[in-house]
Amino acid sequence: MTPSSSDAVRLRDAHIGYDDVAVVAGVDLTVRHGEALAVLGSNGSGKTTLARGMLGLATVLGGDVELLGAPVGRLRDRGRVGYVPQRHTVSGAVPATVREVVSVGRLARLGLFRRLRAADRVAVGEAVAAVGLADRMEEPVASLSGGQQRRVLVARALAAQPELLIMDEPTAGVDAASQDALAEVLGRVSAAGTTLLVVTHETGPLASVLTRAVVVDQGRISYDGPLAGAETGHGDHHCGPEDDGARAGYRMDQPTVSARSARSLGGR
Amino acid sequence: MEILEYGFMQRALLASLMVGLVAPAVGIFLVQRRLSLLGDGLGHVALTGVAIGVLTSTAPVGTALVAAVLGAVLIELVRARGRTSGDVALAVLFYGGIAGGVVLLSLAPRGQATNLESYLFGAITTTSGGDLAVFAAITLAVLLVVGLLGQRLYAVSDDEEYARAVGLPVLALNIVLAALVASTVVLSMRVVGLLLISALMIVPSAVAQLVARSFRQALYLACSIGLVVSVSGTTASYYTGTPSGGTIVLLAIALFLVVAAAVALREATARRRHRRRGDVHAAHPHEHGPGCGHPAVRHGDHVDYDHDGHLHAPHLTGTGVHYDEHGTDSAPADRAATEGAR
Repeated sequence: MTPSSSDAVRLRDAHIGYDDVAVVAGVDLTVRHGEALAVLGSNGSGKTTLARGMLGLATVLGGDVELLGAPVGRLRDRGRVGYVPQRHTVSGAVPATVREVVSVGRLARLGLFRRLRAADRVAVGEAVAAVGLADRMEEPVASLSGGQQRRVLVARALAAQPELLIMDEPTAGVDAASQDALAEVLGRVSAAGTTLLVVTHETGPLASVLTRAVVVDQGRISYDGPLAGAETGHGDHHCGPEDDGARAGYRMDQPTVSARSARSLGGR
Repeated sequence: MEILEYGFMQRALLASLMVGLVAPAVGIFLVQRRLSLLGDGLGHVALTGVAIGVLTSTAPVGTALVAAVLGAVLIELVRARGRTSGDVALAVLFYGGIAGGVVLLSLAPRGQATNLESYLFGAITTTSGGDLAVFAAITLAVLLVVGLLGQRLYAVSDDEEYARAVGLPVLALNIVLAALVASTVVLSMRVVGLLLISALMIVPSAVAQLVARSFRQALYLACSIGLVVSVSGTTASYYTGTPSGGTIVLLAIALFLVVAAAVALREATARRRHRRRGDVHAAHPHEHGPGCGHPAVRHGDHVDYDHDGHLHAPHLTGTGVHYDEHGTDSAPADRAATEGAR
């Protein structure tokens, strides 16, 4: 997408955390432009903190965190990085339409005073159409189902036409149809050259899109390789919440004893 | 009209018009941010500014504006930096503001301290021509900033974390919003009083949020409601001899209660109607589709199936197919009602 030789993400001996407490410690990670990476790990493993460090939402306490060729704190035009937060619903206190929420994604690329122009409105329309909600454009977001609201958040990120898209648990609590729709959208986005970084404890239908995986355990990367390898090496990542206790295999959403103790040391 | 024959009432109505328009235009962002009480706190802080103005014989509007803006910036800095201590720090600042105001005013020469009540509860009829000029400047400035930065303020108020992640200047925008609130507090203190300022910022937005479908619609509606209750409250207070601030706020709250009751009633009716329609064929034994034996009827953007005189509109739910009753062939108006109720 960008004729830059630098990588989309480069972490060297990165320590990331909150209030001077490192949750992620000594991580090295390089993600090339156009890669589709799954960041796997149990609750409390530090995978979300890793992503939040890249977004400037958690503090880089040591080492280097570079995004699109620049240190994370000095990246100009942050709109080049898209973000889908781990949030179940969109609705704020005051009603807002799908168009209004998704338009916010466009603002980051416009500076402080520029208003949305025709090209921006086209980008917003395309982003909403990409997640299959074109006919709901003018409806209040609160009237949509949980899965559809998640798709609105994805559209908000897509509206910025980001070079790097970071998503935190995009499939958690989302119905199967919306998960499939999301996988299809991400497949297209990835094919268009956007770098994907998806933090998740279950890849589900996204497994068809994501090619590489890192597994985070106790704030460190314990596996880095093909997604399939992460699954054979660490048990079944596909089991969802509905399988609760039905399988004996390793599950990403059950913290190990060591992960729990890491969390009790102040991690999150 | 008799009321317009008096200069003081002309000025009062002009002031209430500006306040009614501006307070909700700023307040709606506070509602969205779930910081409805920020206006209250800054009202407390503004009182210290008023007291300093009285003591130093400068215009209290100016000193109150400085105090409230400084308080607003301080609050945002504390919020941005602190975590657990933020709430307590805010409380200390707010109570310090009102305590400082009361103590400083008591030090003023005899006679001036009686002004306290007019600042706490409003004294719109004492608005001077000079006050009006300051109010007009504040009104223009606030509306200009909301017009220019409204979308960004919405973005930050709606999802601060996302705004920060994509590089919007969150702290700067929050400070701008807090400064807008401070300006509105000073603008409103003569009309509704420092203790009731927040009500005029929040209640019209609360009404708008019940009925609006979009944020833009909510903003315009809140401003219209603010304008109407402010001007009509001021007018009513002239005839009833009640304080303008309390009258305006009671009027706004009455409107809120009426609209909330109407919305609750409408939702209950819609639920009941949907249930009744669903009961017609509660245990639906049959999945409609092409060639199922029931005539397909084109209905706007979809196809219904004529089932014993009822139009069935199949739609997928998480658990399977659900049928909405879309009325009968001969009653397209019924369909509109069904759509509206949903």
